[in-house]
This record gives sequence, structure tokens and C-alpha cells, in this order.
Amino acid sequence: MEIGLNHYLILSTILFAIGLVGVMRRKNLLLLFFATEILLNSVNIAFAAISHYYGDLTGQMFAFFVIAIAASEIAVGLGLLIVWYKRHGNIDLESMTSMRG
Amino acid sequence: MFEAVAFYLFAFLTIAMFFITVTTSQALYALSALAAGMIFISAFFFILGADFLGAVQIIVYTGAVMALYAFGMMFFDTTREVKEKKGNKFIIVGLATLCAVMIVAIFAAPIVSNNMLSLYPALEGAGNTQTVGLVLFTKYLIPFEVAAIMLLVAMVAGIVLAGKKMDLSLTLLNAEEIEKMDEEINKKVLS
Repeated sequence: MEIGLNHYLILSTILFAIGLVGVMRRKNLLLLFFATEILLNSVNIAFAAISHYYGDLTGQMFAFFVIAIAASEIAVGLGLLIVWYKRHGNIDLESMTSMRG
Repeated sequence: MFEAVAFYLFAFLTIAMFFITVTTSQALYALSALAAGMIFISAFFFILGADFLGAVQIIVYTGAVMALYAFGMMFFDTTREVKEKKGNKFIIVGLATLCAVMIVAIFAAPIVSNNMLSLYPALEGAGNTQTVGLVLFTKYLIPFEVAAIMLLVAMVAGIVLAGKKMDLSLTLLNAEEIEKMDEEINKKVLS
């Protein structure tokens, strides 16, 4: 029973679908960030698998940059969430639907 | 054989952990399940021979990102139950599956059409970490530096957004101004 590239791509699909379900049904912004992490990680698996089965390192390089982008996204996003929570007392998506000046 | 056993075991564990993350109504359970799923994902990187990527996954995700989330959760009221959107479940699951299949099609299109060249093949006799270093510091040097600047900007933004009274400097204030600030803080504490 040989594990091939297709196995990893199918696993990546399943994880990506789970992450997208999370993005669409969550209302709390902190848990929406968790779902975003799942999306980025599922793509990282696909990159690493293709990098391995084709003997090419470019996939791993892209995975590194995806990790760096995820880290900076969390730093800025959590800072903004803290500011919003101090001002409004909740971090629900529905409290952010109105744009007033 | 062992590779197949490891793959199926970690695939099951990862899917279970991420499923808990997106379905539970307790924020703390979601955080713990997400941290466990990140560690299980690093197992795939080790199976695939990307040792350095697996180590980075453990250090950055479970070391830095999860600690940041844990500290961030102290600011929020996470003990109450999380409310969910009321939507059509079939639409949500259908759209998610469609998008995921499209992502895999994007990845699989160059493979199916045999349009892939190995531009930076792994060197013979050198470990994964050495080859990663060679490629990262020759071909991908400028993206690496840009990523470093991006992380610096993100760090400054995080400090400025989450910090209090960052616009004041104690070394640039007079003694009277500092005393006035102390009195205001004492008033707030007493009242």
C-alpha cells in the first residue's frame, strides 16, 4: 500500500473544506481566525507533498513564506481585536456590519 | 508499510482535531484542539522529508502563534458560549467542498499536463536543512528579506495597537507631569 501524491492532495482538500466550513459558520472573530489557520495549514501540506514527490524545493520555500504571513496576520489581527473589544465589549462579526464615520 | 500506517493515523487525528476546532462552542477547547492539530500536521512534514519545515511548524505555530492566541484570549470574555450563525447548512458545506476541490484542481493541473520542471532539485548527500538554506539564501533572498520587514512591521503594529499610552515617554516628561499621571492612576484605582 503505497502512499502517493493523491493521498496528500485529498487530505489537503478535506482539511481545506473543514476550514472553509469554519469560516462560513463562525460569528466570533477569534474562532474565525482559528479557521483561517486551518486553511493556511492545509495548503502547506499540499506544497510540502508536491515538493517531495517532484524532488523540488520550491514548494517548501512557499510553505515557509505562508507561515511567515500567518504569523504577521495574527499579530496585527489580535491587536485590532483587542482595540475593538476595549471599545465595544464583544468581538462578534454582527457588531461590525455598520460603517459609520 | 509504516509510512502508510503513519499517514492514515495522523490524517485521522488531524481531521478529528480540526473538526473539533470548527464545531465546538467553547473557545478554550477550540484553542487546544487547534494546537494539537498543528503538531500532528508537522508529522506529515517529517514523513515527507521536509525536516526543517516540520521543526518550523512546531516552533512557530505551537510555540509562537498558540501562545499569542492564549494571551489574546485573556483580553476577551471567552467563558461564555460562542453564538453561531444561523444559516443553511447544505449551502455552507456545498460551497466549502466546491472551493476545496477547485484549490486541488489548481494544484493538480500542472501535474496532469506534465508541465512541471524540477528547478531546484534536492542535492545528493546534503540534508534537508542544508539544501533549504542554499535555496533560501540564493534564489529566494529578496522574498526572505521582504518577509523579515513584513514581520517587523507586524510586530510594531501589534505593540502599538495592544499597548497602552505608547505615545508618552517617561524619560521625556517633567517630574511634575509624571506626578500628575501617578495621581490620576491612583484616583482611578481608588474610585
